Amino acid sequence: MIDTGVLYGLTGVALAAMGFRATLLEPEVIRKLLAINIMGVGIFLLMIATAYTGPDTAADPVLHALVLTGIVVAVSATALGLALERRRRDKDGS
Amino acid sequence: MNTLSWSFLDILLVIALVLLAGAALRARSLRQSIILFIAFGLVTALVWARLRAPDVALAEAAIGAGLTGALLLTALRNRPSEESRLVSNNGMRWGGRWGNVAITVSVSLVALGIGWAVLYGMNDTQSGRLAGQVGSALELSGVSNPVTAVLLNFRAYDTLLELAVLLAALLGILSLGGGRATHCTVDPIATSLRGWLVPLLILTAGYQLWVGAHAPGGAFQAGALLAAAGVVQHLAGRAHAGLPVGAVLRVLMVSGIGIFMTMGLWTFLGGRGFLAYPQRWAGELILLIELFATLAIAVTLILCYLGSEPERRRITPAGSKP
Repeated sequence: MIDTGVLYGLTGVALAAMGFRATLLEPEVIRKLLAINIMGVGIFLLMIATAYTGPDTAADPVLHALVLTGIVVAVSATALGLALERRRRDKDGS
Repeated sequence: MNTLSWSFLDILLVIALVLLAGAALRARSLRQSIILFIAFGLVTALVWARLRAPDVALAEAAIGAGLTGALLLTALRNRPSEESRLVSNNGMRWGGRWGNVAITVSVSLVALGIGWAVLYGMNDTQSGRLAGQVGSALELSGVSNPVTAVLLNFRAYDTLLELAVLLAALLGILSLGGGRATHCTVDPIATSLRGWLVPLLILTAGYQLWVGAHAPGGAFQAGALLAAAGVVQHLAGRAHAGLPVGAVLRVLMVSGIGIFMTMGLWTFLGGRGFLAYPQRWAGELILLIELFATLAIAVTLILCYLGSEPERRRITPAGSKP
């Protein structure tokens, strides 16, 4: 029987791998950004799964704080990426 | 709740996560991709709640699923309609079919390696953790929610620098300019929703800010909720999304960093070291910093959504086109 934390940790690794592969291969910029976000969620999941120490003990707050910071940085980076993409399209006139 | 039903729920959540992520990456149209991604974000929030991370769950539901989805959908709206349905193939591609295979294989190998490390390395859960140190110093921090204590006291540097990252991203977006004409046709449903949704969001944001000292919540969640109120305003036809204009807006943009630096310098000049709060006032100082950080985060996120500073307020009725 696999431990809960390990189950979610492995899922996080799988999500990060799916997101990373799509980031490299996806030609469409919006979906590339979406893939980067999925990769980020995978990494967050690995961190939160590491922080999880069972149903009876409190989880590690340091990792939770790091992931909170990461979520906010991810959304601002996504917004910057979309703004760059919009600028590129305006410039190309397409 | 017995262990068997928990593990069944775990397996359902894990399968839902992987299937939604795969579907979002493979959907035929970009719109489908984005909507599947929003659903993925909501399932992620459930997973955070399951893994006893309620602070992260609140932020994920508001930011990861809500605002990121709104940003992506808005980006889609500015495109010609055929393109949003059919994914275009004229972007960059790496070395054709063999390039694809090579990348897939190497990414899989790396993932297997890390997975192996997770499988055999994560059992050692107790040694070398910072959780114990946080727990033992919690009384000195001025708040009783350990996540807030880490964010605004023990690791306040990180939060200060994060606000700097947000500001840098915002300055990048604003300097890219790009006249965005997103004056949509105003949806009557959105207009009637605004009447009670915006006050409710503002009230909830205030509650989150206050409660963050001793329960899940805090500046990030409150800022995200305020930003959601701004997005609702914009959807209901207010071009300025409830933001002030001109100098007031710019002051709000930098207010989070400003108050942080002021506090840091004040404690520094008082001989305590940068951002080392006096213990007696720690709770009040943290609340003050969080208040301005909330405003700065909300303004930054709304401006990220708008893509440019709103123009000066017109005297025309709300929702009329310029």
